[in-house]
Amino acid sequence: MTAALAVTGLSHSFGKTQVLDQVGFALQPGDFTVLLGLNGAGKTTLFALVTRLYHSGTGSIAVFGHDVRHRAAAALAAMGVVFQQPTLDLDLTVEQNLFYHASLHGMARGQAAPRIEAELSRVGLLERRRDRVRQLSGGQRRRIELARALIHEPKLLLLDEPTVGLDIESRQFLIEHVRKLCAEQGLAVLWATHLIDEANDQARVIVLHRGKVLADGNAAELVARAEAPDLKAAFDRLVRAA
Amino acid sequence: MSPAQYARCLGGIVRREALRWLYQRSRFISALVRPMVWLAIFGAGFRFVLGVSIIPPYETYIPYEVYIAPGLVAMIQLFNGMQSSLSMVYDREMGSMKTLLISPFPRWFLLTAKLLAGVAVSVVQAYIFLAIAWFWEIEPPLWGYLFVLPALILSGLMLGALGLVLSSFIKQLENFAGVMNFVIFPMFFASSALYPLWRVKEASLTLYWICQANPFSQATELIRFALYGQFNVIAAAIVTGCLLVLMAAAVYGYDPGRGLIARRGGPAGGE
Repeated sequence: MTAALAVTGLSHSFGKTQVLDQVGFALQPGDFTVLLGLNGAGKTTLFALVTRLYHSGTGSIAVFGHDVRHRAAAALAAMGVVFQQPTLDLDLTVEQNLFYHASLHGMARGQAAPRIEAELSRVGLLERRRDRVRQLSGGQRRRIELARALIHEPKLLLLDEPTVGLDIESRQFLIEHVRKLCAEQGLAVLWATHLIDEANDQARVIVLHRGKVLADGNAAELVARAEAPDLKAAFDRLVRAA
Repeated sequence: MSPAQYARCLGGIVRREALRWLYQRSRFISALVRPMVWLAIFGAGFRFVLGVSIIPPYETYIPYEVYIAPGLVAMIQLFNGMQSSLSMVYDREMGSMKTLLISPFPRWFLLTAKLLAGVAVSVVQAYIFLAIAWFWEIEPPLWGYLFVLPALILSGLMLGALGLVLSSFIKQLENFAGVMNFVIFPMFFASSALYPLWRVKEASLTLYWICQANPFSQATELIRFALYGQFNVIAAAIVTGCLLVLMAAAVYGYDPGRGLIARRGGPAGGE
């Protein structure tokens, strides 16, 4: 089976600062993977490279077999992204924001309208579609960004610290919603976070620290391997040993 | 991607720019008020200080307001070019630049579409200004309003491309005040927008050549001549040349492999 996302030998540096060092992992369709790392671990740089904001020095990234560097259009068309910082136009309505995104994927309005309706209903915000984004709460805006990332029906979903600044309820909604998408639609998800409790026992966890992958496996396995009482303790031990 | 998809993408980008312009009342109003202030106050104040002799394309003595009007049109476009590219100052646009850049369309196309969207808005603004300026007795011949359209598009593209280049290359320009001080004011004042260059030449030959070399002067002259139904070949050639160079620099700046976006890590100062 072709991996939804295959990262191989990926290194990147800004000047003399090495941000990523030989990072490698693969995501299969239906995988919910938590990319766990402290601030400055290299998560955002990894996301920028996967989304082709810029290229890496060495290594390769393939999305469903399409190399991000050489077959960017196919790779980008297959992915949906929720960035760390908010990227909605506050002055535009929810719907206008979503139609804009659809046009960036070459979708006709007739084709986009039912998709927008479906994704907005799924995040429970269909009735707010004509409201300006400015009128929505932080949690609602995040949900809209999630809906937006799914309009063009990507098979790989990337989320960079999606729950930062959200209240507990909104966080919970977002995590459960994305897990459900994974299970029901076979969506491959890479969920970057520094919040350890966002990885449950079944989740696959990749620990990224100072640009290196320290561990990669099921959360329960990582805990057992580190002989720690829980994931937080396992993570602390890994990071301290590095 | 099919041609229809390209067209939809371009349409979506232009639509968004237009909506933002309409919804952001302060931007909308200040874009109109700024040149009017220059025209109504600065123009009136200097009317009796600065005499303008008969210089092409004018065929008679003209009031000072008539002289500065084309420069103010170019100023609208300069501000607009800077704002549409550097508007992260207004609403942290760098995030929305990311959403643009992860579209599956080629990056040169996305940047060109963004540029065209900005130009569409700036052309509308320029016409609104010209319509209001008519009440200040700035009354170019009617066909001048038609002739000026291609000039506005060309100069708008060039000044918009300048904004794109700045947004990709310069990390420090994160607030609009910096852009005002280091780009807009020097370009505007060292140009033919407010005073004919023969007068500058009398004062300082060096400044004269700086003004001549300033692409903003050429954009102003292109608009000035077009407004009176004339085609300034030299200005058009220089503006076109600058547009090509600036657009190439913008595409380079945003190139994922080579540009400064790669070295710096994201549009305008990501991590």
